[in-house]
Amino acid sequence: MTAVPFSTGEADPYRRGQGPGHGQGHGHAVGRGDGGPAPKRVVVGYGFWIFLLSDIVMFSAFFASYAVLAGQTAGGPSGHDLFDQRNAAVETACLLASSFTCGMASLACEVKNRLWFYAAMAVTCGLGLAFLGLEANEFVSFIVRGAGPTRSAFLSAFFTLVGCHGLHVSAGILWLLTMMAQVFAKGFRADIERRILCFALFWHALDIIWVALFTVVYLLGAAA
Amino acid sequence: MSDDRIVEQGLGQDAAPGDEPQDAGSGIAQGLLSYLVGLGLAVLLTVTSFYLAGSDLVWRPSIPVALVVLAIAQMGVHLVFFLHITTGPENTNNVMALGFGVLIVFLLIGGSLWIMAHLNQNMMPMNQIMQMQH
Repeated sequence: MTAVPFSTGEADPYRRGQGPGHGQGHGHAVGRGDGGPAPKRVVVGYGFWIFLLSDIVMFSAFFASYAVLAGQTAGGPSGHDLFDQRNAAVETACLLASSFTCGMASLACEVKNRLWFYAAMAVTCGLGLAFLGLEANEFVSFIVRGAGPTRSAFLSAFFTLVGCHGLHVSAGILWLLTMMAQVFAKGFRADIERRILCFALFWHALDIIWVALFTVVYLLGAAA
Repeated sequence: MSDDRIVEQGLGQDAAPGDEPQDAGSGIAQGLLSYLVGLGLAVLLTVTSFYLAGSDLVWRPSIPVALVVLAIAQMGVHLVFFLHITTGPENTNNVMALGFGVLIVFLLIGGSLWIMAHLNQNMMPMNQIMQMQH
């Protein structure tokens, strides 16, 4: 925002409905009941943002149960025995890089460049698949060592929390491929661009959840 | 204020989460720079976290606190540079929703840990419960 509220002498710069400007009617939607509904892109993005926040609240319940149960190993292996920080570091690198390439896909969509869009989405997909492969590999190695989800309350909570994030990433990859197909078949139409906006938000939100996850599960778990 | 000026400055229009700030100027170069800065900061914070977790560099009992602070900082970086949640007036609705979400998350996690710690403290030791069952 370049305008400085007081130096320009503007009455109501933040559209709070105060000052002499109020009641004369704004020509544009401001999302506070003045001037009619906001553009569809804004409404769709806001609605999806609310969904993402509710998803984060659901994850916080899994985080709470994990934090409560982290010490209840029932004589079985603890996080310190099981977790491999190098594996977690590579998984983190994959997801962070995929978040960046997803941003590149958003930019390509903005300038309607199909080639860059496909390339960025393909790299994002590859990094997401690499992440899922590493995670599946880790789960299998735990189960083979007798540390499956039925072993202790700690491992039940671990598999629920990390597995739920993995399921979200799998769903994200399916959505990613769908968006590539839709751009291929229908081009950068307004409705397709709104879907790409929602997909990008979803993918970035997954990365935010992973930041909390690697800190709470892998780093704090191995340190304790 | 004329309608033209509102459009020109992006004043009075809401932004969707994920939208670039409207005063960012010339499109793709600015956007790329924003993602690059975000990536750089995120990598820096992640590397610090992983390095601290296994090191003797700082006083050991302080490491969990440091890790939590680094994680919260990194979430902030992701929100600003990847999700483009800003403090501008066009982003008010998104920030309000985020604030409510963060409140619920803190109530849920903090409340669970608090209550369960007290329950553990007040619970009869396990061997006594076993004896009562016979």
